[in-house]
Amino acid sequence: MIGREDVVRVARLARLALTDAELETMREQLNAILAHIDALKAVDTAGVEPTSHAVPQFNVMRDDEPRPPFPQDDMLANAPDRSGEFFRVPRIIEE
Amino acid sequence: MRASIHELTDAFKRGETTPSKVTDAYLARIAMLDDRVGAYITVTADHARSAARAADERYRQGRPLGPLDGAPIALKDVFCTKGVRTTCASKILENFVPPYDATVVARLARAGAVMLGKSNMDEFAMGSSTEHSALKVTRNPWDLRRVPGGSSGGPAAAVAAGLAAGSLGTDTGGSIRQPAAFCGVVGLKPTYGRVSRYGLVAFASSLDHPGPFGADVTDTALLLGAIAGHDPNDATSLDAPVADYAAGLEQGVRGLRLGVPDEYFTKGMDAEVERAVRAAIDVLKGLGATLERVSLPATPHALATYYVIAPAEASSNLARYDGVKYGLRVPGHDLIDMESKTRAAGFGAEVKRRIMLGTYVLSSGYYEAYYRKAQQVRQFIKDDFARAFEVCDAIATPTTPTPAFLLGEKIDDPLAMYLNDIYTCTANLAGIPGISIPCGLSSNGLPIGLQLQGPHWSEHTLLNLAHSYEQSNPLQATRGMLK
Repeated sequence: MIGREDVVRVARLARLALTDAELETMREQLNAILAHIDALKAVDTAGVEPTSHAVPQFNVMRDDEPRPPFPQDDMLANAPDRSGEFFRVPRIIEE
Repeated sequence: MRASIHELTDAFKRGETTPSKVTDAYLARIAMLDDRVGAYITVTADHARSAARAADERYRQGRPLGPLDGAPIALKDVFCTKGVRTTCASKILENFVPPYDATVVARLARAGAVMLGKSNMDEFAMGSSTEHSALKVTRNPWDLRRVPGGSSGGPAAAVAAGLAAGSLGTDTGGSIRQPAAFCGVVGLKPTYGRVSRYGLVAFASSLDHPGPFGADVTDTALLLGAIAGHDPNDATSLDAPVADYAAGLEQGVRGLRLGVPDEYFTKGMDAEVERAVRAAIDVLKGLGATLERVSLPATPHALATYYVIAPAEASSNLARYDGVKYGLRVPGHDLIDMESKTRAAGFGAEVKRRIMLGTYVLSSGYYEAYYRKAQQVRQFIKDDFARAFEVCDAIATPTTPTPAFLLGEKIDDPLAMYLNDIYTCTANLAGIPGISIPCGLSSNGLPIGLQLQGPHWSEHTLLNLAHSYEQSNPLQATRGMLK
């Protein structure tokens, strides 16, 4: 069972500003889903290699040739806020 | 408006009609019916008319680009389309206009296909009913009180209602096959790596598969042939030749071994679904396939495995929506506050739930117990299929436990919604191809889907089986039912 403080911690890690009501609903629903998922703990997986991709490919190489990049203006066109050729963001470093 | 793509393009070649006339007819039908079905988020009428005029000209000169030239199709709104809004049915991308085309979009355009529009889906492809779309409701054309399935509910409903001749969707845990079953159309999830994911808005990168919906198996084969193949922009796409899927459909099924897994015919399955699927298996047996009893013992753990791995990958992929480079931004007093408010306002309840679940199973102290464990059980699921395919060429199962459910029926119970993926998510975990084809109607007139799954790179076998079945048991097309 996960408690409210776990939900608050995970929401902070996930950068989700959840309301009190959302935190409570999330706690209930995550517990219900985790109760189902917890069945995995009973499976004996000793010595089994974890699978990250079903059809594994390793070291896919390509020629190191320069290609024209997307135009800067195209890449900035969807920016919520820009300043010239930069994405503008709120202050990160305290004065 | 009941025509398939191959019938339409044959008619174009014979000069009986033109891509422009057919495109106009589809656009008129969308204008007349789509406020009731809700298949489209964005209709690209100008784009479609201009592509159709170019196709007209190619037919006039006797030089069509191939069997898809002039075919009117819909694209799930998860594929980036240059200059055309791509929302992923999310508030966070509601006004996003991509600077490039997804590889599959570019390939369809090069084949001459005419994009009618971008179709509805569960937000970020997370869901099994399309009810998690933040932008609109899509209804099942067979019964407008019911869901079309999901997450590719829009593309499936568009084909079923005759609002597109074919379409593309994505399948991360059943999101092509389940809506195909609910809407009575054909839907195929290819082998992982067969079709490029470049330009697809990512949900779970090791499980996402783009694939086609068709009104019949031939159309599905033609669409797959156009989008399959190596793409240097997707390092997981396989560099291997693509079969001529449509040319291999007449081979027949004599001698093919069809596996029937014990674990997929369990209690809780709808009796009418079981009857229809067993009858379809008997049809294939009658056509010359042999039946093999197979066992996939890890199946009971598949759903739990899937609902660890898919949310974990989603929580990582969706970290990019931070209000900086594109998408919604909600102001905040510092960067973290801005990000947290943006994501809280931009994501719907199901997306938040999956991000939370994924963040939890990846977080310090829980990684070993959940994420690593699920990756190990994923290996068992792969091994099960590998063993089964030593004694059979394809596996036949139902696509879904029940036919389409009512709008609102499962929306408040996430776990009940997740159970829709119980027969389909194994193929995503193992990376194997699967197809859903209509195999009958329930007593209340709803389509039922037969699922065929095969080893990696066996799409031609699945299409051949599906086509043989379809020829002996033509689907009862719903298109044209809506007046």
